Amino acid sequence: MANNYLTSESKKLATWYFTFAAILFGAQLLFGLVAAIQYVMPGFLFEILDFSVARTVHINALVIWMVFAMMGSVYWLLPDETGIETVGIGLGKLFYWVFVAAIVVVVLVYLFVQVGPADQTTIWFIMEGREYLEAPRWADIGIVVVVLGFIYNLYATGMKGKRTGIVTVLMADMLAFAGIYLAGMGYTDNISVDQFWWWWVIHLWVEATWEVFVGAIAAYGLIHMIGAHRKVVEMWLWIEVAMLFGSGILGIGHHYFWIGTPEYWWEIGALFSALEPLPLVAMFIHVLYDWGKQQGAQEAQGKEVSVVTNKPAFTWFVLQAFGNFLGAGVWGFFHTFPQVNLYTHGTQFTSAHGHLAFFGAYATILIGMFYIAVQNKNGIKVMKATKKSIWATCMIFGGVLGMTVALTLAGYVQVLVSRAQMGATWAGYFDGQAGIWFAQGMDWRLIMGVVTFIGFIILIKDLLSIGSATHHER
Amino acid sequence: MAQKSVWSDNRFWQRSASWITGFAAMLLIWLTFDTIPQIMMGNDTDIKEGVTKRVPGPTVINYKITYEMSKRRGHEIPVIGGANAEGTSSFQEKELFFGRDDWSQEEAMEMLALGKLASQAKNCMNCHTLLGNGAYYAPDLTKSWLDPMWGPEGPLQAMTGKSTKEEAMAEFLINPSQYPTHARMMPKLGITAAEAKGLVAFLKHMSTIDTNGFPRNFGKIKGAVHGK
Repeated sequence: MANNYLTSESKKLATWYFTFAAILFGAQLLFGLVAAIQYVMPGFLFEILDFSVARTVHINALVIWMVFAMMGSVYWLLPDETGIETVGIGLGKLFYWVFVAAIVVVVLVYLFVQVGPADQTTIWFIMEGREYLEAPRWADIGIVVVVLGFIYNLYATGMKGKRTGIVTVLMADMLAFAGIYLAGMGYTDNISVDQFWWWWVIHLWVEATWEVFVGAIAAYGLIHMIGAHRKVVEMWLWIEVAMLFGSGILGIGHHYFWIGTPEYWWEIGALFSALEPLPLVAMFIHVLYDWGKQQGAQEAQGKEVSVVTNKPAFTWFVLQAFGNFLGAGVWGFFHTFPQVNLYTHGTQFTSAHGHLAFFGAYATILIGMFYIAVQNKNGIKVMKATKKSIWATCMIFGGVLGMTVALTLAGYVQVLVSRAQMGATWAGYFDGQAGIWFAQGMDWRLIMGVVTFIGFIILIKDLLSIGSATHHER
Repeated sequence: MAQKSVWSDNRFWQRSASWITGFAAMLLIWLTFDTIPQIMMGNDTDIKEGVTKRVPGPTVINYKITYEMSKRRGHEIPVIGGANAEGTSSFQEKELFFGRDDWSQEEAMEMLALGKLASQAKNCMNCHTLLGNGAYYAPDLTKSWLDPMWGPEGPLQAMTGKSTKEEAMAEFLINPSQYPTHARMMPKLGITAAEAKGLVAFLKHMSTIDTNGFPRNFGKIKGAVHGK
């Protein structure tokens, strides 16, 4: 990436965010592989880097790389949407380094300190021990400060420049995104109350505010990559916001089936979370269909050049529409009713859903944003795929899909043997784990994990080299 | 120009999105105000007066805990101190916990609080599930206090050479890798004797939380697979 065609400071900052996001993405996959190996070879790194440590880094790197890529995406699209340079870039740069430094410290402590004594100093400085929100409290406070700075920049820019529908949605969504994090910062002796608020953060992030966020990004992509009409796209975006928040906010009930909370959450959770898959694919498919039928066909007439301005990015955006629908929608719907969830809750089934949903809904579109950044950084008008982009896309998507299927089958064994047949005890748990189909599932998960990781390496190589390929329209 | 329709008007959809989001958020907040009081931890007075709470007070550690099918509710519920005529907790039958069955509210709370803190400081949730949430590398701990493996005839109790469930569990937690229970072992996490005691109190207390019948049939089946 020799030449830098970017003139906007906001876009330059965005590429910093994307770069660190990609590094953390690699860390996520690497530690995921360690954990996957431990399922197959339990002695691997035992009492050196135990499963709990590997998994902590695996899921934290996941959340943080996505947050980084999301913040990068906002810095990327703000100048295009508002028509002005982003306000407070200096603050954005300063907070970028603060955030990076904090994450490096947190990860080093996870890896080398791992656990602490049972007192509040551990909670403040080592780890909070709550899945996804393991980060110690000092880092929580740091994250809040950094995100507030980010929100200030977003609001100041949105209020000064042109406020499009996309910017309006992002302004509302990012405020909710930051505010909800506060619900997960407290400590309580009561595990039911603890998990109640913990889900406010996890669920309202990934099944509400993050979904709306990627809706806004997809809208931006449709306008900028295929030139779809803003009015149509933004109308769909609003419909999507209505449907996502309308189902997602109360869909939180599906996490309140078994944690001590009252029975009425069965009905609320089942009803609203069953509605959650509805909006996940609507906007993208509708706009793409309309556009292809009318506008795209017209624009393509008599032209040599593709009307899609960034092929690899657009591919990832299309995969997002389907990946989100499959992973979050279909795989979520499988076990969202309490009658099923009673047996699937806390099994590899959840893990299958988690893998495909996080990947399908978020990783895909954020990788798409990486490609958009590379395109513009290299001053490319129409960016075409390379062999590497195609290999990377196939291996990553195929790898994650393969892991999901393997985990789903392992999950079935666990549900039937450990839960239904054996009643969820210690012996039941290990009988399930010993099942041949479970073991095969874990083998295949590891193999597919390796495929995903190789795909990731090819992806990084492609991102670093595609800009200098000669077959693009410049 | 054709007549404008509300369905193709962006302002209409924007307003709808705002109203729907606001309504859903208000409903969630309202339900939260209903739920939180129901899951606040009870206390010793509730137990003495026979009041069943979804999350009972810490002094449940003085009582015998079982997990019984409730005819009325159609699933299992934790039964504290033996069942009464309706099949719910009678808070009568006591059980020694580390040699005592008269832990006061303060003492029991202190142990439970230490255990909850230890469960986070030792990152239990990234191998085990608690109330079904966490990682899936190790057994669910929701009702682990009631697991037959740790009972008087269970191999895990015998393995530690201790004569009670709580002592066996505590011993295991302090030196887990000394007791290879399975190829997939628990690592040594530097758990002290006091923390282990707290963790066992935390686990015993967690088994009394009303989880709406999760997990189903816990501890009822004495091995059906392969004729074991």
